[in-house]
Amino acid sequence: MLGLLVSAPVAAGFVWTEAEAREAHHQAQAARQAAKKAGTTFKPKFFTAHEYATVAILVDVIIPKDERSGSATDAGVPEFMDFIVGDQAPRQTAMRGGLAWLDRECERRFDRRFVACDDAERRDVLDDISGPQPPAATLTQGVAFFRMFRDLTASGFWTSKMGIADLQYMGNTLVAEWKGCPDEQLRKLGIA
Amino acid sequence: MRRVQVIRSRKTWDVVIVGSGAGGGMAAKVLTEAGAEVLMLEAGPKFDTARDSKMFAWPYDSPRRGMAVPARQFGEFDAGWGGWTLEGEPYTSAPGSQFDWFRTRMLGGRTNHWGRISLRFGPDDFRRKSLDGLGDDWPTTYDDLKPYYDEVDKLVGVFGSVENLPNEPDGIYQPPPRPRCYELLVKQAADRLKITCIPNRLSILTRPLNGRPACHYCGQCGRGCATHSNFSSPSVLLPPALKTGRLTIVTDAMAREITTDATGLATGVSYVDKKTGRDTHVQARVVVLAASACESARILLNSKSSTFPRGLANGSGTVGKYLTDTTGTAVVGFIPRLMSGVAHNEDGAGGAHLYMPWWLDNRKLDFPRGYHIEFYGGRGMPRFGFLGNIEQLTGIEGSGRPPGAAGYGKQLKDDYRRYYGATIGFSGRGEMVPNADTFCEIDPSVVDRWGIPVLRFHFKWTDCEYKQVKHMQETFRGLIQELGGTPLSPMPPKEHGYGIEAGGRIIHELGVTRMGNDPGSSVLNKNCQAHEVKNLFVADGGPFVSQADKNPTWTILALSMRTAQYIAEQRKTGTV
Repeated sequence: MLGLLVSAPVAAGFVWTEAEAREAHHQAQAARQAAKKAGTTFKPKFFTAHEYATVAILVDVIIPKDERSGSATDAGVPEFMDFIVGDQAPRQTAMRGGLAWLDRECERRFDRRFVACDDAERRDVLDDISGPQPPAATLTQGVAFFRMFRDLTASGFWTSKMGIADLQYMGNTLVAEWKGCPDEQLRKLGIA
Repeated sequence: MRRVQVIRSRKTWDVVIVGSGAGGGMAAKVLTEAGAEVLMLEAGPKFDTARDSKMFAWPYDSPRRGMAVPARQFGEFDAGWGGWTLEGEPYTSAPGSQFDWFRTRMLGGRTNHWGRISLRFGPDDFRRKSLDGLGDDWPTTYDDLKPYYDEVDKLVGVFGSVENLPNEPDGIYQPPPRPRCYELLVKQAADRLKITCIPNRLSILTRPLNGRPACHYCGQCGRGCATHSNFSSPSVLLPPALKTGRLTIVTDAMAREITTDATGLATGVSYVDKKTGRDTHVQARVVVLAASACESARILLNSKSSTFPRGLANGSGTVGKYLTDTTGTAVVGFIPRLMSGVAHNEDGAGGAHLYMPWWLDNRKLDFPRGYHIEFYGGRGMPRFGFLGNIEQLTGIEGSGRPPGAAGYGKQLKDDYRRYYGATIGFSGRGEMVPNADTFCEIDPSVVDRWGIPVLRFHFKWTDCEYKQVKHMQETFRGLIQELGGTPLSPMPPKEHGYGIEAGGRIIHELGVTRMGNDPGSSVLNKNCQAHEVKNLFVADGGPFVSQADKNPTWTILALSMRTAQYIAEQRKTGTV
């Protein structure tokens, strides 16, 4: 079912009715939930099994679950990434190579790849490639990879249903009468 | 909407119109209402906003989250079917020139996805040469066009406010929507810097009009409005034309040449039926070209004969010359005051509710023509690319954290939440002066997939534009500073043209079939009638003699209405 969604054609003239879009979305959600219950895992099309396991851990380190919303994996970000990178060839080498770079840096420090490291070891590497500038000269490619990966994680999370609810985006709906800026925000901004 | 018909008869149409956009749609409405039997050829397929619009789609309805795809280069939910590259439809640029050409192939063309910014040209905009010696004056004045602008306002509907500014003529307006929160901040900053900032003038209904309901403020005009509350040709112009019973529309029809007889009159249009690949011809008493400026020029240049060896109506060699586009550049700023805003629906109408018309005197500046300022921001629907490059914001938001240390984890998650809605972007849209190095012509070697010779573009900016764009950049950085914010990009250096967008990127191509009183230096007379072919007219942006610091669409509509009324009168008297 999820496969149907990710292979939907996008040629000019492809028409989605609202009903079809809602149905595709529900199908995808249902497929994910069914897969979780059945204990089967999503089968990535682009990532290898090892890469996908790395991605799933890394996205949740970047956007973890908290009191307001779930983690990146809860919002389907690894599946989203697998689709996007699989769909867009220019992204592939940077992603594949960046994950390889990450594994090699972890092995250099701890003799283990990223998935086998513990939390403190992972942060040891990530702090260096996500922190204050400038990084050590040997780490600049890791910094570039991490920024790209963080941006893609954010795209996947904040455009998901969970992310949109978390942001309290209240639009995309019919408004009969536009009332302008609410009083509370006017006061907060100090506008008369 | 009436079903598309397959042409089988050897009928001679009163008028064949090439193109279904602003100019073509208006001409069809006026001419059918005046009694003419009209055939409209549209290169793209049928598009019906009520059926095809992706209004109210959520980003997560697609695994691509609304990103651009080759067939829809403004986004997969955007109404624009087309882009800078079309499969099988190349164009070329001369060495040293960069021109990017956007083609929208669908019923209604670019009017489906444009920005709805509906500004009249002002009195000065028709007589720039008289004012500063550059370029040429139009053969018409604002007064000639005013009655048509008035009719367009009443027919289409536009919101705005009466301001009595000297070169920003007021229209017949519906009430403008109240400003958004961040727009009020910008207005305050503009007032302090003495930059004029007034309600925008958008063709989005705030009151019902002619059976079309008012806007419901979903902010998604670019997706095509399923309730026809904004202007597009299929929403406003085609329905009344179709209602007359005298309009037939043929879609997927790639017009390629206008045929003529021995006396030099147009006799019809040859086109490729894209569905079958077969070449087809329709006969016409009058031909109106409205295929978008450069496509119309291309058709003329490809219509060669012994009478017109340089292309139809091109004895003067002017077709393709005097090409201009609007100048553009943008700066985005992060505004700490807008962080952690009060959650509310900030969508509004599909465009800014305020804007800044040109406010200075070019005689006191080092560039000759002005620009207007558009801006955007707020708590919009999250898109692919949401808060990308977040490391740029760390440290400039007043947290005291080291610059660039965006990190990961709970702190980062909270940062995304705080920063949402706290950026404002400013864009300039300025007037380019025509120059001798900027024009289009037919490429001698290259054809498209139907064998139609393609255009080759020559494009150069001059200091007139570079200095203007430098001023835009400085003004936007001044506004961001006045807002207490930080620009997210450094000032572009002279070597990068001060950040000027490439030619064609603003998608306001004008001038390539220009009007004039002198047949030696113009293609059309002041009625947009070809000097050399009295039953041939042009109704898109090609006839324009100059750009302005204003978008062209409203003037395309007014000019097309005037041209079509002229055609109707001439048909009555039998002169055309």
